[in-house]
Parts: sequence; C-alpha cells; structure tokens
Amino acid sequence: MSIPKITARNVSVSYGAKQAIDDISIDVDMDHVIAFIGPSGCGKSTFLRTLNRMNDTIPSARVSGDVRLDGQDIYAPEMDVVQLRARVGMVFQKPNPFPKSIYENVAYGPRIHGLANSRAELDVIVERSLTRAGLWNEVKDRLSESGTALSGGQQQRLCIARAIAVDPEVILMDEPCSALDPIATARIEELIHDLRGRYAIAIVTHNMQQAARVSQRTAFFHLGTLVEYGRTSDIFTNPKEERTKDYITGRYG
Amino acid sequence: MSKRPSLPVADAPVRPTVWDSPAMARRLRRRYAAERRFRLLGLAAVALSAAFLAFLLVTMVAQGIRGFTETTITLPIDLAAADLPIEPARVKGRSADLALAGAGLEDAVDTAATMRFGRDGADLLSPGAWLAVRDAIKADPAILRRTVTFTLPVASPFDVAAKGEGTPDAEQVVARLKAQGVLSTGWNWNFLTDADATDPTRVGIWGAAKGSLLTMLVTLALAFPIGVLAALYLEEYAPKNRWTDLIEVSINNLAAVPSIIFGLLGLAVFLNTFGLPRSAPLVGGLTLALMTMPVIVIAGRNAIKAVPPSIRDAALAVGASRVQVIFHHVLPLALPGILTGTIIGMARALGETAPLLMIGMRAFIAAPPRGLTDPSTVLPVQIFLWSDQVDRGFIEKTSAAIIVLLVFLLAMNGLAIYLRNRFETRW
Ligand SMILES: Nc1ncnc2c1ncn2[C@@H]1O[C@H](COP(=O)(O)OP(=O)(O)OP(=O)(O)O)[C@@H](O)[C@H]1O
Ligand SMILES: [Mg+2]
Repeated sequence: MSIPKITARNVSVSYGAKQAIDDISIDVDMDHVIAFIGPSGCGKSTFLRTLNRMNDTIPSARVSGDVRLDGQDIYAPEMDVVQLRARVGMVFQKPNPFPKSIYENVAYGPRIHGLANSRAELDVIVERSLTRAGLWNEVKDRLSESGTALSGGQQQRLCIARAIAVDPEVILMDEPCSALDPIATARIEELIHDLRGRYAIAIVTHNMQQAARVSQRTAFFHLGTLVEYGRTSDIFTNPKEERTKDYITGRYG
Repeated sequence: MSKRPSLPVADAPVRPTVWDSPAMARRLRRRYAAERRFRLLGLAAVALSAAFLAFLLVTMVAQGIRGFTETTITLPIDLAAADLPIEPARVKGRSADLALAGAGLEDAVDTAATMRFGRDGADLLSPGAWLAVRDAIKADPAILRRTVTFTLPVASPFDVAAKGEGTPDAEQVVARLKAQGVLSTGWNWNFLTDADATDPTRVGIWGAAKGSLLTMLVTLALAFPIGVLAALYLEEYAPKNRWTDLIEVSINNLAAVPSIIFGLLGLAVFLNTFGLPRSAPLVGGLTLALMTMPVIVIAGRNAIKAVPPSIRDAALAVGASRVQVIFHHVLPLALPGILTGTIIGMARALGETAPLLMIGMRAFIAAPPRGLTDPSTVLPVQIFLWSDQVDRGFIEKTSAAIIVLLVFLLAMNGLAIYLRNRFETRW
C-alpha cells in the first residue's frame, strides 16, 4: 500500500439545511487512479470539491471533518487556499478554457505563481504541459489562436494542460469526458493512464466502463454516503453491497 | 421499468394526428399571419424612430448651418487720415489693446463707415467689427499709415436679413448694399473659438464646449472608477444579506431620481457646505458624477453577473486569488458592458441642464474657462440661455449650438462602439 497523498476523514458537507454528503472517509494516492461513481445527486462533485476547497466559493456550503494533504490539514486557518489549489488542480465537466490564446491559457497559472523566470522558461513549461496533455502536436503552430476556437475534446485537453502547468500534486477531474465524443474520450483516458504515477488522480464518472478502464480504486456513493470502496476489479466483479451491485449492473441510476 | 400501476390514461385510445386537416391548415395560416404582423409592426417602429431622427437632424442642420456663417461688408478705412494719437511702436505687446482702444479706434472705424455708407453707416457694423481692425493693426502696425480695405462682420439685424429672415427695413438696406456689391458671406470661425457675448454676431460656442469638456472629465474621473469599484465589490465580495439588498434598492432608486434633485444636493453640499466656487466645472462635474454613478453601478453589476461562473472556477482552480480572478478575468470580460453603461450615463450627463442651473452654471460668462474652478457654462445650458434671447440673431446660433452638442454626442457614441468592439471577446 502506497502512502496516501490526500486523506479525507469523516467529511460531511451541507448546503444550508440540506446535507449533501455524510461522513465520508477516503484516501487518494499517487499510484492508483480513484474513480467516484454513483447516481446523480449523490454528492460526488461535492466531495471532490472539498479536496481543493472549491466549496469555499459557495456561501451556503458548510464542511466538517478532516482533509489532509501530505498530513497537513487543508481546512486549518494557516492553510493558504491559493497555494492549495495550485497543488490540487481541477478539471471540470464542461471544458472552460479562458477566452484567451492557447498559450495564455497554459501560461496563466505559472505566471501568477511566478514559476518561470523568463519567457524561455515559460515556453518550456507551456510546451511540456501541452505535450503531457497530448495536445502539443495539434496546436504547436497556432498557439496564439483563441483557446475557445478548439474542438470540445481539444478544449478539455487544454484544460488538463492548464491544470498540469502549475505542477500540481493531485488532479481532480469531475466528469471530464461527459461532453466529449468516444474518440476524444479515449484520448483523455489514455492521457489519464500516462499521467498516473506522476500525479495523484481522482475522477468522477457516470460511465461504468470508463471507471473500469481508467481506475484502480473505485468508490461508490449513494445518497450522500460512501457505500463501498475498494479495488476497481473487486467492485466490478464482486461487489459486497447489494446497492453497488444494482448500480453497476444498471438496475437503477 | 418501475412497477407503477398503469393509469387509465395510458389505455385510452389515441386519435391519430391529421397534419393536413382544414383545422391544421387554418392554424398554420394564423401562425404565419401573426408572424408577418409582428414583423411589420417592428419594421414600422424602426422606420418611425428613424424618421424622427432624420427629421430632427435635417431641421437642425438646415437651421443651424447658418449659425456657422456670417455676413461681411467691405469697408475701406483710411487709417492715416484718421490720425490716431498713437505711434506704431506702441502697438506691440500686451499694452496694444489698451492703447488702441484709448486712441479711439472704435470711433475711427465708425466714422469710416458713416463716410462710406451714409448717416446710419456705423449701425451696419457689428459691435465687434472694430476688434477685427485692431487685430489687423497689431499684426502689421505699418497699415496705420495707409488706406486699407477691411472685410468686417455686419450687425445682427442685417446679418439676419442677408440670410432672408430680417425685418422689411433691414431687408431694404441689405438689398441696397447687395446691389453695391459690398456684402459677402463666409464661415464664422470665431463661432468655434469664442465664448458667450451679448451680441449674436460675436458669440462663440467654445466657452460652453470647453466647460462641457471639463465638466465631463470631472464626471468621468469620479463616476467611472467609483462606479466600477462599487459594482465589483457588490458582486464579488459583498455578502448577500438584508444590508446589500437595501443598498441595491437604494442604488436603483438613485438612478431614477430626477436630475434637478441632484442639482439641489450639489448646491447644498458642494457650494454651501464645502464652499466650492459657483458655476465651476468642478462642481458641475461632481454633481453630474453623483447622477451618473448609479447608472454605471447598475450596468457594471449586470455586466459582471453575465461573466460565466465557469471562467471564475477555472481561474480559482489554477490558484488565482480573488483579486486576480477579478482583474485578470472578470473585469476584462465585463468591460464592454461596463463601457456601454458608462457612455449611456455620460451621454445623459452631457445633455443635462437642470442640475447645473441650480449650481449657478447659467451665468453669462464671456471667456472660456481656463481651469476646473473658473466660472463656466456648458453646451445644453448655453442652448437654453440663447433660446431665451429676444434678438433674432440668436435663433440660428441656438441651432448651431445644438449641432455642436449633437456632434459631441455622436462622437461619444462612436467612441463607445469602437471601445466595445475593441474589447469584445468572442467565445
Ligand atoms: N450549490 C449548491 N447549493 C445547494 N445544494 C447543492 C449545491 N450543489 C449541490 N447541491 C446539492 O447537493 C447534492 C449533491 O450534489 P452533487 O453536485 O455533489 O452531486 P453529484 O453526485 O455530483 O451529481 P451529478 O452526478 O449529477 O453531477 C445534490 O442534492 C444537490 O442538489
Ligand atoms: Mg457532479
């Protein structure tokens, strides 16, 4: 068992009076991609967003429990949320490139964190991030074109490149392929394979096959609770809980 | 499949839809007719407003273009014979104006006119005519020893008559002079460079235009940054609670307050409490800024609200701070909307008369303001003042001033469109 990167213990979130997730405990580590599955509205996104404190932007959200990144409490008052989000990157369901050039999209993060001392260094970071995101060959001749002019799949890889560019330790992906066609989806899945080991990766997906293909650990959520958590192969071939079995065999959801 | 008990509705026999029945055809026709009607109505509305605008522009230009021209009369003046008690050497430098006035130049010009055109000759000339002679002497003192033929502006009644709107008496005089071939018409450049005057042939619009410019500058410098900052704070930072609701309602109400109330406020606060100078562009600008700010805040908030949340999320997720999100992403994307709102507010402020009357910008001011605290007037107030004058010569000047104001407005709107296109982001 490898050392966990993120440990979440007894995490609960409520939006106003409405409890969205209740008492969730999960680890995320470098060597295993973890997939969150479960029916719509069960709190997968909510849980993912507790891991980089994106819930802070929702005024009604209340988070309790303990989330640690490398053993450090990310909800502690001395934690700097800006640095936290640079270390724990996020890719969203709908591709959301900035309405700026492709280059600027990737360079934005390194620039605000001062990761490059010169234009040449920045160029290197941009090229490396786009290469890792599998987009470099398609865009290297048109880096100054708008990021929003790319196709949906390219935009999503651009968003992944943008997340990688600040050299995060964890990448959270919330249904990154739900707006993409099967070919673009396959490219992102390959990419997740390639990125595994370098970053700790957590992915939310509605697609059972995708969870089976890209992840080594799977967590099944239902109605705000964590029903089952284990090796992906075990969950898909031999689920312990009846509810898990019903869900992955498509009996509800 | 869920095991819901099957409802009777599901078992009811379904009548097939007949797409080509007469009832369907009638519905289709009615739909097309409604569409056509709506299109025609819209077109008529657009045509009507275009016609109004065209009517306004055509009448204004037809009336006002004469305000930019002047009638001049050629008058030979034998300055040597006039024998002004002044040496050509003293006609240099700052004291020249005083020296020439003291030497009786005005009388000399009047005498020349009487000699040339008879008993009422001096009345033909504009009260400002001798100033043109003075400037010519200052430019070349040597002409004091020669006879020179000047082209001088005629007095207002004859100017109006020459343009076909005068009294019968004046028309007769003009007809006689025209027969002599001494009258001509030219551009009145002084109209664009001078300030207000008592005589319509001598008035200029520059004083009011400069007053408007300075006032607008003060308004923009205050209302834009404060309005944008307030909008940003209210949208991005302020918690949503009863207090911010109250502030929102107050701002919306403020935008609807009649402008004269702002004038009273300016009078009470800026003049009486703070003792700022009357009639000054500074006070005018402050007062109009109060009026423009709510418009900018409202437009700004709407523009900021329209920035997609996904862009904020994207920036936050790479570790941008809140201020960075605002200044790198939200503000650039909201800027076209903010600018549009600002220009609308500024255009309204530019045309505002009532509040400026309250703070004393209706005074007669014969020199363009040199600074923000100099007494001054503004274009709409100048129009108001001229339209109130009895002298017929002011009618065309009023229209000419309206043209200048409209040109100002068109220039501002043009700038707005340019800026909007410049900063517009295409998704
Ligand atoms: N901003 C919010 N304010 C109030 N309630 C919210 C908010 N966001 C989510 N919720 C509620 O919290 C619960 C969990 O939502 P969440 O978005 O985490 O579900 P999810 O598992 O990601 O669903 P999906 O698969 O449809 O994305 C839902 O019942 C939802 O209505
Ligand atoms: Mg979700």
